[in-house]
Amino acid sequence: MLELRKDIFADERDDNLKEVGKPTQRQDMLGHVTGTSAYYDDHRFANLLHLKILRSPHAHARIRSIDDAAAARAPGVKRIIRAADVPVNLNTLLSLIQFGKDDEPSLATDVVRYKGEPVVAIVATSERAALEALALVRVSYEPLPAVFDVEEALKPGAVSVNAAYPKNTFEYYNKYDHQKLRFGDADAAFAQADIVLDERYQMSPIEHAPTETNGSIAVPDTNGRFTVYTSTQALFFSLDTAAKINAMPSNQLHFIGGTVGGGFGGKVDTLTEPLAILAARLTGAPVRHRLSRHEEMQFGSPRGGERIYIKDGVMRDGRIIARKVRAYFDSGAYTRLSSYAAVKCAAHIPGPYTIPNVYADVYCVYTNRTPATAMRGFGVTALDFALECQMDKGAAAVGIDPLEYRMLNAYRDGDMKAHRREAKNCALIECAQVAAGKANWPLRDEFRRMSSRAGGGAQRTGGGADRTRAPAPAAAATRAVPATPQRVSYERPAAAAPTQSPPPPPRTPSPPPAAQPAGSTHGAPRFSSVFGTRRR
Amino acid sequence: MAKHRGRGVATINYPIGMNLGGDPSQALVHSNPTGKFTVALSSIDLGQGMKSVTRQICAETLGVPVEDVYVDTADSDTGPHCMGSFASRGTHRVGNAVMAAAREARAVMMEAAAEELEVDPGDLETDGRGAIQVKGAPHRSISVRDVAIAAQFKQGKTISGRGIFLVPLSDVNPETGEMSPATCYAHACLVAEVEVDDETGDVTVLKMTSAYELGRAINPKLVEQQLVGGSWMGMSHALYETPEPYYPDTREGPRDFNEYLMPGPGDICPHDIAVLERPAADGPFGAKGPGEMCANPVLPAVANAIFNAVGVRIDELPITPEKILRALKARGGAAGAASARAR
Repeated sequence: MLELRKDIFADERDDNLKEVGKPTQRQDMLGHVTGTSAYYDDHRFANLLHLKILRSPHAHARIRSIDDAAAARAPGVKRIIRAADVPVNLNTLLSLIQFGKDDEPSLATDVVRYKGEPVVAIVATSERAALEALALVRVSYEPLPAVFDVEEALKPGAVSVNAAYPKNTFEYYNKYDHQKLRFGDADAAFAQADIVLDERYQMSPIEHAPTETNGSIAVPDTNGRFTVYTSTQALFFSLDTAAKINAMPSNQLHFIGGTVGGGFGGKVDTLTEPLAILAARLTGAPVRHRLSRHEEMQFGSPRGGERIYIKDGVMRDGRIIARKVRAYFDSGAYTRLSSYAAVKCAAHIPGPYTIPNVYADVYCVYTNRTPATAMRGFGVTALDFALECQMDKGAAAVGIDPLEYRMLNAYRDGDMKAHRREAKNCALIECAQVAAGKANWPLRDEFRRMSSRAGGGAQRTGGGADRTRAPAPAAAATRAVPATPQRVSYERPAAAAPTQSPPPPPRTPSPPPAAQPAGSTHGAPRFSSVFGTRRR
Repeated sequence: MAKHRGRGVATINYPIGMNLGGDPSQALVHSNPTGKFTVALSSIDLGQGMKSVTRQICAETLGVPVEDVYVDTADSDTGPHCMGSFASRGTHRVGNAVMAAAREARAVMMEAAAEELEVDPGDLETDGRGAIQVKGAPHRSISVRDVAIAAQFKQGKTISGRGIFLVPLSDVNPETGEMSPATCYAHACLVAEVEVDDETGDVTVLKMTSAYELGRAINPKLVEQQLVGGSWMGMSHALYETPEPYYPDTREGPRDFNEYLMPGPGDICPHDIAVLERPAADGPFGAKGPGEMCANPVLPAVANAIFNAVGVRIDELPITPEKILRALKARGGAAGAASARAR
């Protein structure tokens, strides 16, 4: 069910439109529902060859030797591709926008850094022939110690994962091992806070799980050109990456895609195109390189497992006066796009709330895991999970309804955000009001009257540490509260993670278990800038 | 042993486009000889509806019916550069590029029509049904088809337009993180209702209720498709999915959909959605984009609802029955947790 609330913000819109806003049927709908839309793998070619990858069985190992003689003689094998055959073997995805160092090989040379890292590619007349030949390749590995946990990877003496970033962290601005965010004076504010809430959150990696796995078909054309049918979700990004790795001018590549069976961020990495093109060059035949479901699940990059520590300083009236965040992005063995996500995460802190003192360090960390990559909500999803669980805990600690607690602290037009840009075009409060109305979530009148367009600005976000001071006292709202009674204790389950022993930040005064009598009013004094000094 | 109900809420915002900008997209729009238009892009339709959104934006801007516009996309020989379909950037970035291209094409179309009608182009308007007419005198009109024929075979004009949209790349202050990450933000509030079985640890999501503010819903059906699908993904993320169930331990790992746990059709709950539109100053018709954000509020809302139901906080995803049972046991079992319940 979807309801358009045209009544809200109507004065900011021209609704006199003819095509925009209509539920027009998709141009590609009939093709999709009748199974006739052409995906990359619906193109058929005579003499198609198939490329399969031999992958590292070790999370971290030195390659002593590779013997592919038996595989080369196997039936149907047309070509074996080794690292030395790749024109520009080392690449990083964001080199196209000059961000980061080339750190990831198309095929491993001397060291493998994650289980599943490509070592050898075999091109054969069928997928089966390619897979059978892979089984004949003998690789001698010298296993090396590996590190799997982001905080373990940062400890002195930790195994060094990535040769381009030997300290296991991406380098920001050639000077820091993390992205900083500094606004106000968080430490001073914590000293004045009534309650300090210090918590740890752990995101799970997840698989993009697209219906269509990553894949491409490279077909030799005339004049040295190649036509590439691809599942990419970024056509020129993949084209330019493939051109770089193959040391080809970009106009020798003709990429065709555009109808993709789900991406969710997992089809930006250009996992298959560069080697498919190389194989087509080396054999003169069309070559398909597609990931099996097993490869997609285990070796196609997942969402990274971010770990996030949040420390809030909260006043009894519900104002959050300080928020400190330490976040670790598990990039896996190579950078891909995680360095970018860490900056996006820093920009998103402290969430859609006006908090006068914010401090954050966000790390992009290398571990011996499958490289993580973009996924829907990249840099933000994990942070939102952590922030919004933290908001519930903060609300309970001060005995305020969790939705009203969010609305008290919600950013409004004119507020200064932690990355030092003025908030505008805000609508968090209105979303809360509408959702509360639909869900029968009781909000008191003051909250129903609140607006993103009023009361923001200097009043709440003046300058410096004095922002930790409570605003002038205001008429207390003591109306009986029909709001949902909230829990107040926060016993956490016993740590279940097997290998980690993160040094938890000192747990400063934990929230008092000051239970509210059922059905009582909110005991806390009200957020004065809402009820007293805000402009109406 | 009992089933406990609870509900939780989350409020979020989401930045539109690549963080810091610097992510251009281009579009070309041209008319065929009989007044039908093609939009050439290299952007990708992943199922999100890129082709349809850009088609409606183009038709609106040109002032012609949507049936007279077709979007051709993702051929690097014909479609101009687009950064890609990610970062919730399609509607905003590509939509703006298409709008710019369509405006340029429209200007030529109106000039050609003015020449045929022997009036000033400024006195003309499109009727949105395939004709161009004199403002206030709709009987003086000409069809877009006749304008296109005249433009190409008589006047020697190409009814076409080029468009690019670029938010310039923002610097980042290394010391403070001062930056311009995005030009506009979408918003949401979502309430999740769950039922938790204190004997098995199973969580059933009963209902979601949400409000999303998206600037402008270019196509409400496509918005609904995104928001419903995204909430399913968020629920799956919160309760089911991971290729590494004992992260950071890498030993366990699913190989296919038999081993990779996801909710099935029977686990999907009703989702009651409201859409608000506060136009973005730089969005095409004010649009922002619902692409990525719709999974985000579900994760914490479900976690908060579980706490509301049985009084345990699970701060590590996914929230599996095993974690819930261990947490319940740690605080004295279901009875202990139940006695702590506030409602």
